[in-house]
Amino acid sequence: MIKLQSVDKSFGDLRVLKGIDLRVEKGEVLSVIGASGSGKSTMLYCINALEKIQGGKILVDGIDVHCADTNVNKLRREIGMVFQQWNSFPHLSVMDNVALAPQIVLGKSKDEAYSLAEKHLKHVGLGDKLQTYPTRMSGGQQQRLAIARALAMEPSYMLFDEVTSALDPELVGEVLDTLRLLREDGMTMIVVTHEINFARDVSDRIAFFHQGVIEELAPAKDLVNNPQRERTQQFLSKVL
Amino acid sequence: MDYTFHWRPVIKALPDLFNAALITLEAAILSMAIGIIIGLALAMMRLYGNKTMYIFATVWVELARNTPALLQLFFFGFGLGAFGWHLSPFMIVLCGLAFNNAGYLAENFRGGFQAIPKAQYNAARCLGMSASQTYLRIIIPQVFKLVYYPMTNQMVWAVLMSSLGMLVGFRELSGETQFLASNTFRLFEFFLVAAVFYYVLVKAILVAAHLLSRRLFTY
Amino acid sequence: MSESASTIQFFTGFSVNDLPFLAQAAGGTLLISIISISIGSILGCLFGWALYASRYARYILGSILDIFRSVPLIIQLLLFFNFFPILGIPLEPFAAGCIVLTVYTSALVAQVARGGIEAVPESMRRASRSLGMSYFQDMRYVVWPIGARAMLPAWTGVALGVLKDSALVSVLGYLELLRASQILITRTQEPFIILAIVGAFYFALSYPIGKITARLEQRWQYD
Repeated sequence: MIKLQSVDKSFGDLRVLKGIDLRVEKGEVLSVIGASGSGKSTMLYCINALEKIQGGKILVDGIDVHCADTNVNKLRREIGMVFQQWNSFPHLSVMDNVALAPQIVLGKSKDEAYSLAEKHLKHVGLGDKLQTYPTRMSGGQQQRLAIARALAMEPSYMLFDEVTSALDPELVGEVLDTLRLLREDGMTMIVVTHEINFARDVSDRIAFFHQGVIEELAPAKDLVNNPQRERTQQFLSKVL
Repeated sequence: MDYTFHWRPVIKALPDLFNAALITLEAAILSMAIGIIIGLALAMMRLYGNKTMYIFATVWVELARNTPALLQLFFFGFGLGAFGWHLSPFMIVLCGLAFNNAGYLAENFRGGFQAIPKAQYNAARCLGMSASQTYLRIIIPQVFKLVYYPMTNQMVWAVLMSSLGMLVGFRELSGETQFLASNTFRLFEFFLVAAVFYYVLVKAILVAAHLLSRRLFTY
Repeated sequence: MSESASTIQFFTGFSVNDLPFLAQAAGGTLLISIISISIGSILGCLFGWALYASRYARYILGSILDIFRSVPLIIQLLLFFNFFPILGIPLEPFAAGCIVLTVYTSALVAQVARGGIEAVPESMRRASRSLGMSYFQDMRYVVWPIGARAMLPAWTGVALGVLKDSALVSVLGYLELLRASQILITRTQEPFIILAIVGAFYFALSYPIGKITARLEQRWQYD
């Protein structure tokens, strides 16, 4: 379980997260929606310690993420993250992109890592591109590569930061389908996204962020079809 | 025109010139190797070091890039000589070129590091890689591709600058040519042949670098 | 060696009286550099345009200019200087040095200029031509201003490089700054202070110009 307790985060004088309380249970899919700058992505970065917090606590399976004694590298093996700009490693083939971390972080042998990589790449539909280099692939394919790369570490949780926002419209579908697939596999996911319809259909709950605060948190279909808070209604009316 | 070209002395001296060309190449390669190691260190000092390291590295880089290479050679020759450290001509050239190379390469490396998006670093750390694993496996290989072309240029530069060795008594290609030419008074012919040697050497380096890049960088 | 009563002694041997000697030599350095850089740059821009515009030029002119970038300057100077007595034309060191440095500069600037022209976006040139501008008007009012900005950092690098390389003209006997320093060092046995002064001269020219150019480049990035 991922638990955020009264989390505060500021960039200098700018308060980005104000007292966030959130629990995500194992097997749950939580979508996070809201305007740009509302703090959604920052929250993800705080969960896997890419950003520091100034107040409150974040616990992943009982481990305090921001405690000085915590082994951050070890923690990150349990939390997979996929970014808006896929950040594939351009100097490695698709296969090596996925197999590298299992080898040098988890200590797997080359054969183990390669078969693991192949399995996950096939799962996301890139089985025929194992020796290709990322720069020769479309954005959608590189994003699926990024997902496979994160999955190969066999994490307990997956964080997705607006993974379709940088894609051409016709490529968005293939990535969303991959996320659907993961949901069926039972992966615990926190998905920051602008795709409201996807959020409604695929998630268990949706959190609506507004200016650093969780304005509304409800079961997915309820929040989209029947928003209770005025700001949620305003936001949804603008994007739907 | 009442000058007759006498090529015989030059042709007889070709083996000597060829050996001297090898010495030139050797000096250039050595100074590049040392320059790369020091340059990398200087770049890291400027990017990640504390204040003392930053100042030290910056002073080195700015001195190397803003003063003539010949002056730097003079420093290792005359300057150290004042302390009683008399380096051989080869060492003067090696130190001077290495000092110079390190300065220019440090700037190239620094630019390379700064050009890699922080996101690459983040993505690797998110997979659980440590900072040193990230630098070794992800960042430095990409920097290498970015600086490959400037490094090739610097290698050519090192070969051309080695000719300054002639002024401090080093018998590389220019020095040897000068020596042989002054014995026979066939200055023009000898220097023409030396020029051809240099041209071929530079072209060979560029071709080799190009072929190597094809093999190294498949992306 | 005359030492007047008003001599300030830094160390034994080197006196304030030597400074005019160095200053004269510095003037020699500046003179030959400025002439070569200015004429060389103009030629280089013309060559660069030729390299850009014509495939024949790229092969023929390009190969020739390539030679000047692949042979050490010192060899070029010695070669050129020894060639002219053969023709029966006497050439003094200053003239020989100027000519060689000018051609050398033009070869380097040609590369830079070509890069500058190529840096101008094709779309901008299509826009100007469709407004009815002729080829040369397009060159003068659109390509030149934009290309010159793109060129500036690289050109400054070339110019400063030539300033430093001008030291080599001393092999022909021309009195420039490093040769003067060598003479003084041999006489006074005070290498450090002399090298420091000479180094400071080059540094004082090169460093500020380099920094200003870098700042300009940054500022222009945000256009």
